[in-house]
Amino acid sequence: MTTSGASMPQPTATPSTQPARASRRLWDGAPVPPLLVLPALVVALLMVAPLVYLVLRAAQAGPELFDLLWRDRTLMLIRNSLLLSAAVTAASAAIALPLAWLTVRTDLPGRRLWSVLTALPLVIPSYVGGYVLIAALGPRGALQGLLEVIFGIERLPEIYGFFGAWLTLTLLSYPYVLLAVRSAMARLDPALEEAARSLGLGPWESFRRVTVPLLRPALLAGSLLVALYVLGDFGAVSLLRYDVFTRAIYNQYRGAFDRSLAAGLSLVLVAMTGVVLALEARARGRARYHRSTVGVSRPPTRVRLGRWTPLALAYCAAIVSVTLLIPIGVIIHWLIRGLRAGEPLWLVWSAALSSVSVSLAAAVVAVLAAAPIALMAVRHSSPLSRVLERLSYLGYALPGIVVALALVFFGARYAPWLYQTLGILLVAYIIRFLPQALATLRAALMQVSPRVEEAARSLGHSPPRVWLRVTAPLAYPGILSAGALIFLTVMKELPATLLLRPTGFDTLATQVWSATAEGFWARAAAPALLLILLSAVPMAVTAWREGKSDG
Amino acid sequence: MNTNRSVSRRDIIRALAGLAGASLAAPVLAACGGEDNPASTAAPTATSQAGTGSGGSAATATSAAATPASTPAGTPAGAPATGTVGGSLTVYSGRSEQLIQAIVDQFAAASGVEVKVRYGDTAEMAAAILEEGQSSPADIFFAQDAGALGAVAREGLLAELPADVLDLVEARFRSPDGLWVGISGRARAVVYNTERLSESDIPPSILDFTDPVWKDRLGWAPTNASFQAAVTAIRVLRGDDVARAWLEGIRDNGARVFENNNAIVSAVIDGEIDAGFVNHYYLMRQLAEAGGDLPARNYIYRNGDPGALVNVAGAGILTTAKNQEQAIAFIRYMLSPEAQTYFAEETHEYPLVAGVPTDPNLVPLSEIQTPDIDLSDLADLEATLEMLRDVGLL
Repeated sequence: MTTSGASMPQPTATPSTQPARASRRLWDGAPVPPLLVLPALVVALLMVAPLVYLVLRAAQAGPELFDLLWRDRTLMLIRNSLLLSAAVTAASAAIALPLAWLTVRTDLPGRRLWSVLTALPLVIPSYVGGYVLIAALGPRGALQGLLEVIFGIERLPEIYGFFGAWLTLTLLSYPYVLLAVRSAMARLDPALEEAARSLGLGPWESFRRVTVPLLRPALLAGSLLVALYVLGDFGAVSLLRYDVFTRAIYNQYRGAFDRSLAAGLSLVLVAMTGVVLALEARARGRARYHRSTVGVSRPPTRVRLGRWTPLALAYCAAIVSVTLLIPIGVIIHWLIRGLRAGEPLWLVWSAALSSVSVSLAAAVVAVLAAAPIALMAVRHSSPLSRVLERLSYLGYALPGIVVALALVFFGARYAPWLYQTLGILLVAYIIRFLPQALATLRAALMQVSPRVEEAARSLGHSPPRVWLRVTAPLAYPGILSAGALIFLTVMKELPATLLLRPTGFDTLATQVWSATAEGFWARAAAPALLLILLSAVPMAVTAWREGKSDG
Repeated sequence: MNTNRSVSRRDIIRALAGLAGASLAAPVLAACGGEDNPASTAAPTATSQAGTGSGGSAATATSAAATPASTPAGTPAGAPATGTVGGSLTVYSGRSEQLIQAIVDQFAAASGVEVKVRYGDTAEMAAAILEEGQSSPADIFFAQDAGALGAVAREGLLAELPADVLDLVEARFRSPDGLWVGISGRARAVVYNTERLSESDIPPSILDFTDPVWKDRLGWAPTNASFQAAVTAIRVLRGDDVARAWLEGIRDNGARVFENNNAIVSAVIDGEIDAGFVNHYYLMRQLAEAGGDLPARNYIYRNGDPGALVNVAGAGILTTAKNQEQAIAFIRYMLSPEAQTYFAEETHEYPLVAGVPTDPNLVPLSEIQTPDIDLSDLADLEATLEMLRDVGLL
């Protein structure tokens, strides 16, 4: 296959003239290197494991499953889940777009610092974020305390319910959109906007009609991550008491110990994921986003903010204070209160080391696993590649406990040598978080022109060599941010870690959990702080680098 | 800790092999969807082993139970019973590391058994054990509440315990079928501020707190598992209508909602509320930490009221346990005077074995007439959760 590809320079001409039709030939042996298809299929098989488990389990449920599903309550939960998901996604985009624009396309003072800080809320686990929000904004939380001193307000309105869940999830997950849009914005070819301006469009019109459509794939990719994350989240919605579908699933496990009904409900969640994916696919369309002509894009020109600078700074500062300073402040407060009360500083460095090494391993493995699917999706788009790509989102939108139990089921019964090892833990992480790496890689690859790869191919390089020597270096920033994203997500992962880790393998996340489970807040503070700081490092480095490359 | 670390390092190497194998395993896994075929050969071996294991050591342990508790750190009186065991043991614990690792270490030192403990949430651990089915690596399930033990027992995954182990604990604190045994007791209590209330102000039944005199004076934690078990007890004992009316009454009395029991106890101490529904040991811990006196006390119902519920943390041995002898030694040790003293003094729970002194600040178990209820029935939380949601508390 590789040799035939190398000896035929012509096919490179075909896709560029008839891209849509040529790309549909995969099923009948079009030129997709097997080196790409095989690993992609293996990864996809892993992704299907939870679904197989759910179908097996749900098949055991009796008619009561239908009773459970055909209640008004189920419909209400589905509606709540979709509503929350849509609201958080919309709010995330609304927060992220101006932030991305300010940090990439303007002369905002301290741009690079802001671009690091605004991405960091992602490192705060939702189970910590939820507690913090309640402690800070609850009816008698810290904000109330402040307002009581100043205005004598004795009680704030309840934050429990839709509002609290929406706020927490938005503040913790908007960086998904921000990161995707920002890197797309940074790589945007300013020549396109300039062309629009030269053709008579005003600045706002050219932004709306040229820039925004060009950002659409990134915006959609980020939004998809947020939407599905919200569908599968349990930590924040349970702390903030908003009744969504994941709670029904958890109640079956925790309240009734009924795995069959839980599986049946999870399948409904899978169906909801399918709907969201279909919507995204429709919105994404088939457009291409790389330069189609020769030439190299320049760094974008910067808009001078002028008298708007203070307002822009205030906006960034407000977002950073709410999403970063308040949570870290509350945790430090817990820490100090605990230390004052004579609580020993509870820091186990071996747990920190475990967290970092397993997260690093997961980042590398996830990027490697995502690469073939992303390459297929971008370079050899076909029904197969689209199916593979969609499949990878399955585990992402399921609650962690479901993925974990699926692997408990398969691991204990059919792969005891793998069960409760770091190996199965890494598999769980890939199943849960692959889409994060995939979306980032995909966006990065879309902006690498296939012309460059074709040139390398025509010079006699085999496809793998081209990927390694040409594609990877060009997509390098994307690869790094994909890895950073997986790293920080795995750092805070809890349900799968608890159930699948090797016995005695402690991470910072399990330590935070262990302390909070018994209400030892002060003991949770130190590992939580360390968890946040360590997760922030790769995130900060990639964000800083990104700032440099366009600055 | 050291043993744990060496385990994890070995596993890193295994992991590399594991990862390579994962891709190969996946198709196989998907193909053999076969289900829970109980390889029932495991069960008979288990019981016969249990039978032999109970012989010699049993007498020592029971006699040790009679001797008053000595220092937990010193050579335990029961050591000869467990001293010769050796081997290894895998415990799935829903009880947290903070609470039990110390006593587990003592057992390991006394018995020479290498104990591997997996910590997790009790309900999630139960779900994992059910999913593992006949392939579970666990020998023992040490659960935070009886409900989870009941759920595992119902699927036939717990083996019957030797009679002499069961007999150490009163019948109301163990499985009616002998499948699990309570290790320590946790009473439901009303914690009240002693500057605002005296014991005589507490109404005769917990159901009476719906009286409007309690308006804006109460606190509770509806998301707390122990609270939910207590509501389940009301449902089982008095019916759903009574339970719902109670929940609505307390809610309408403006009871403040807290995240957990500790927060309730702190609020009572600070005088933010007059009383709250909690498990007894949270106040005990705060009293112990404060060193001095705090203006709060527990009131524990003792008249068979639904409020007089005493739940247990308990343990059972899996039918598939590969280390039966060590497992029985473990449970025996947890019921030994030194371990029971540990639970009484360190985690401030009720010891369940006769002869081990209860904290003098607590109403002795013998004086608490608990409601007539099988603790594993409290596993059926689902209807309770639904009721709590209906009433708007979840």
